[in-house]
Amino acid sequence: MNEKYARITRDGLWDNNVVFAQMLALCPLLAVTSSATNGLGMGLATTAVLLLSNVIISSVRELVSPEVRIPVYIVLIATLVTLVDMSLNAWAHELYKVLGLFIALIVVNCAILGRAESFASKNSVADAALDGLMMGLGFTLSLVVIGGVREIFGSGTLFANAHLLLGPAFAFLETTIVPEYKGFLLMILPPGGFMVVGLLLAAKRVLDARRAPRAEMAVAEAVL
Amino acid sequence: MRLEELRGKLFYQGMLLGGAALLTSVLLSFFSQATEADIKAAEAADLKASLSQVLPGEYDNDLLKDTVTLPANQGEVLVYRARRAGKVEAVVYRVTGHGYAGNILCVMGVSREGKILGVRVISHKETPGLGDKIEPAKGDWIHAFEGKFLGDPQLEKWAVKKDGGVFDQFAGATITPRGVVNAVKGGLEFFDGNKAKLLDETGMGEEP
Repeated sequence: MNEKYARITRDGLWDNNVVFAQMLALCPLLAVTSSATNGLGMGLATTAVLLLSNVIISSVRELVSPEVRIPVYIVLIATLVTLVDMSLNAWAHELYKVLGLFIALIVVNCAILGRAESFASKNSVADAALDGLMMGLGFTLSLVVIGGVREIFGSGTLFANAHLLLGPAFAFLETTIVPEYKGFLLMILPPGGFMVVGLLLAAKRVLDARRAPRAEMAVAEAVL
Repeated sequence: MRLEELRGKLFYQGMLLGGAALLTSVLLSFFSQATEADIKAAEAADLKASLSQVLPGEYDNDLLKDTVTLPANQGEVLVYRARRAGKVEAVVYRVTGHGYAGNILCVMGVSREGKILGVRVISHKETPGLGDKIEPAKGDWIHAFEGKFLGDPQLEKWAVKKDGGVFDQFAGATITPRGVVNAVKGGLEFFDGNKAKLLDETGMGEEP
């Protein structure tokens, strides 16, 4: 039992990572990760939606006919995202002003439908919840790393404006890596995002290959 | 398993789709009603905050309720009026500039003497790192307008330096500041042309 949870956790965070193994959600990723703070915001919002959507889909999985499952899932996920969007707008408006753009992007995030289809519809509610949480955290981790790399090279800072997202208590995260940096525009624009994703992906492959030759196969299987 | 048999039937699938759609629409409409008032209040607070950035000083009326709509060159302009003791002391309205990558939406505050109190960019699509220095968070450029009016500088000097005016352009981006300067100049001309109506002293303006 414990082994199963460990497996789900490892899959979500590393082996079957949304970005670096499944290669999903690249469109919102490139749009958002111009800074580490943005990546964190998008990641946390996605995690919340992924967790909720996995739980809901898993709990109705017995009722849904395989023939019409895709439209049912899409309707459920779109509703969920809209509800999150409206409640943030009404009750956490400061946060909404920072995250507002990203939330609309979550609905087109194929990672969420992907998890609903490949995991939540076949597993118990508890497993699906853990999978949603871990996939979300793995996605958050990737976004923060990509955003951090782009931000350091692009504008010489790390976690700039973190207090807007997390509150003034987190202002200590904001660091200037290179003072008086002139900026490197390419890194901020989407092509720079592609390059960073490619390089990090290569780095992950090298790490996996060094760790154990078997890990490579697990990743390949997971992608299929 | 009865449920498994049922799931294969066409009518069940139709009911399922219809049921899911009905359930989610009920949920959405209920939620939309529940949040509507809060969202409106938050948006009004946002608008007020952005208006007060270009309106330094104290005013004693509700800006959002004291508005007047006037025709201008490009469609109608909604003007918010700030009063002290019933007298219009300043007006705020939006102006649109044409930037490098689309429209630049600005809001400007003008005192009753016709002097600029402040200009802020609300939204733009200019190149990050080049044209976005018009944002106060990324540069001081936008503050250059404060205290200026038609006459200081002279009308023909209301342009970026490259065009023989007095306002700085940015290295690598001339079109963006040119667009903003033209928009602000247009805004001041609008103020001059409609002074009587803008500073109208008879009662509160029409309700929005």
